[in-house]
Amino acid sequence: MFFAIIIAIAALVIIGASFVILRRDRSRADSGLVIDPTDPVDLGEAQPDPVAAPVEDAPKPTFRERLSTARSSLSGFLGGVFSGGIRAETWEELEEALIRADVGVSTSNEIMEAVKAAAVEAGTEDSAELIDIVKGQLVDRLSGFDRSLSADVEAAGGEPGPAVWLFVGVNGVGKTTTIGKLASRESADGRTLVLAAGDTFRAAAAEQLTMWAERSEVDIVRGAEGADPSSVVFDAVERAHARNADLVMADTAGRLQTKTNLMEELRKVRRVAEKGSGTVTETLLVIDATTGQNGMSQAKQFAEAVDVTGVVLTKLDGSAKGGIVVAIHSELGLPVKLVGLGEGINDLVEFDENEFVDALFE
Amino acid sequence: MFENLSDRFDGIFSRIRGRGKLSQEDIDETLREIRLALLEADVNLDVVKTMVGRIRVRAEGEELSGALNPAQQVTKIVLGELTTSLGGESMKINYAGKPPTVVLMAGLQGAGKTTNAGKLAQWFKKQGRNPLLVGADLQRPAAVEQLRTLGAQVGVPVYSEPIGPVAVAGAAIAEANRTGRDVVIVDTAGRLAIDEAMMAEVRHISDAVEPHYTFLVIDAMTGQDAVTTAHAFNETLELDGVILTKLDGDARGGAALSVKEVVGKPIAFASTGEKLDEFETFHPDRLASRILGMGDVETLIEKAEEAFEKEEAEETAARLLEGTFTLEDFLEQMQQIKKMGSIGSLMGMMPGIPKEARDVEIDDKQVDRIEGIIRSMTPDERVNPEIIDGSRRQRIAAGCGQSSSDVKQLLDQFSQMRKMMKQFAGFGTKKMNPKNRNKGRKGKKGGRHKGGRVTEKGPAKVPKSPLSLPGLETGDFPGLN
Repeated sequence: MFFAIIIAIAALVIIGASFVILRRDRSRADSGLVIDPTDPVDLGEAQPDPVAAPVEDAPKPTFRERLSTARSSLSGFLGGVFSGGIRAETWEELEEALIRADVGVSTSNEIMEAVKAAAVEAGTEDSAELIDIVKGQLVDRLSGFDRSLSADVEAAGGEPGPAVWLFVGVNGVGKTTTIGKLASRESADGRTLVLAAGDTFRAAAAEQLTMWAERSEVDIVRGAEGADPSSVVFDAVERAHARNADLVMADTAGRLQTKTNLMEELRKVRRVAEKGSGTVTETLLVIDATTGQNGMSQAKQFAEAVDVTGVVLTKLDGSAKGGIVVAIHSELGLPVKLVGLGEGINDLVEFDENEFVDALFE
Repeated sequence: MFENLSDRFDGIFSRIRGRGKLSQEDIDETLREIRLALLEADVNLDVVKTMVGRIRVRAEGEELSGALNPAQQVTKIVLGELTTSLGGESMKINYAGKPPTVVLMAGLQGAGKTTNAGKLAQWFKKQGRNPLLVGADLQRPAAVEQLRTLGAQVGVPVYSEPIGPVAVAGAAIAEANRTGRDVVIVDTAGRLAIDEAMMAEVRHISDAVEPHYTFLVIDAMTGQDAVTTAHAFNETLELDGVILTKLDGDARGGAALSVKEVVGKPIAFASTGEKLDEFETFHPDRLASRILGMGDVETLIEKAEEAFEKEEAEETAARLLEGTFTLEDFLEQMQQIKKMGSIGSLMGMMPGIPKEARDVEIDDKQVDRIEGIIRSMTPDERVNPEIIDGSRRQRIAAGCGQSSSDVKQLLDQFSQMRKMMKQFAGFGTKKMNPKNRNKGRKGKKGGRHKGGRVTEKGPAKVPKSPLSLPGLETGDFPGLN
């Protein structure tokens, strides 16, 4: 069967490729750019800009405080349905609320089935009670996970030496920013750190991390742009070892989970991080809260490649609710360990399933 | 992997086949599947509702029950509806009579504004323009450095001063006039749509530069929230178009449909890779089939184009069709295919692969096993596999550490494929217009100019043939019919 499939694919691809080559005459429409005089730009006086606020330190917010300020402008779309008895549309609205929060259709269906069963058993007739059952179901799926970040080298089966936290994820989710914030937190907690600027691909990624390192006055190891990320991480681990530092936080370039060669590169980074004196105690997958159903694919593929130990859910201070992490918890057993709630250096907080679930329905 | 929509339809319609008539219930069930497919592709729930409503009207209006293949008929309606919604009028860039033409980039954090500012600069350069990149993202550490690096890569100057984003943007116009740049691309900081102060700031930037084009940069992986974002940015800035990024992954990209439906502005460009030239005008038809999980032939073909040497592929295909394709050729092709990605991901992009085949978890190690077998053959055996008898098979099996029956299986499959290809060739050459073939060769020499077009003609046609492949139980590739 395998042979058949592979041969079939090979044949199809070859035919496809050659077919296209033979049909290269497909007219390539020209650019279609038309020069069309429009109003000339009227250049006003450049105004001084009052808004370029630097990222300043603010008191450490709680999950709840941040979410409620962020969402005060959003009215609850569930309002009307949850007064009085249970109607047919109550069920529908509940399911829709889950879908709108990016929980996904199949997880939503599962939850609704469970809720229906529980409601019948409890003899629920009031829709306000119903929403508590839904929340309970969600909290159940998110409970019982260890959300602590470990730097315990021995527990991870390693030799004494620096612990390594590796940050992975697709492009633009906020890996570098997360490391920046976490570095400040961990060094404030008395850990000695070395940052590894392992994103050698994106222009100026190392500069970005360096700025964060300067802000929290921690050590950083950089390589040249285009350098092998594994070697940068290796050097950082060795530097940490030489200076008796506790922890290396390794940044990596963003990569889409479908790029096999880049995922292979990531595997290598993880291997090489443990080649010297380091032990990888956390591999954190950073996921953007605006991500929809593709988040599941990200979690699966990254987990398979580099043994992800937890998720950092960033940008939850926007209007996106990050419901995809429910499925990531229940199907892959990967807990969210940290939540990003803003651009400030203190806006990275612990995940709390109760507050997260409450926020899904706000 | 998501189930693709045609499979679901096949499931529904196979039950009613023979009854000859579609009941209201059948249509309802079909529409439920459409809803599910759209939601799984991250199309916004409200958009899904209106889309499904429109599809219902068309499905009920057309003579579905009389159609020989209602599944295909419905698929056609859905695809058509999606393509129309995504496409509409395409984006045309009209340059300002009095330069510079100003382009403003806005969006959430991490959507890819800075990278795509660089890509857009290169695109304008290819159009014969002299763009200036403006770094007005003074928020994110090193954002300006990133833009400067990109500018250096594409050979476009970058202007930025630490004087505040609004002032920078305003001063940039004067800078462009002074240095004779006729296009100005302003990169702004990422911001959340609900951040009032930041939204006011981008409004001020916009007032200062009066952009001719304001693009919202949206990540193809965005979920239900895409609508909120698009709506808020459109309210604040009056968008002209959308740049859809990170389309090179496996996200279905339903966000694009949501945004198009909500703000009604065209998707101008799509970013399809990390390289700076992987940026092109948008193809609604490709995204439509992708949203439905129906394979993405065009992307597959493009990947093939990257991996295969053109002349080589042409030659190989000719030999394949003549039936003189050898195991040596096959080995070579396998190397190329490996460059295109995992077999599983390639299968996902192929339309009409039978569900049974797609559900098989394919380990790429299988490819290595095949390679091992072929590599254990002598050159003679690779060219004439017919000479392989029992004892040769034993030797090959010992050489690659696999069983003799594995070797036999591979050889059987291979000879079946050769036979099948010959048949296909008989069919295909009759259909293929020789004039077209010549034109094709000519066109090929001209090479591909990416990004040089704003509109795209229809989708490439897939060869129409009752192609059946050996060993696959279901045989037919319905997508090709």
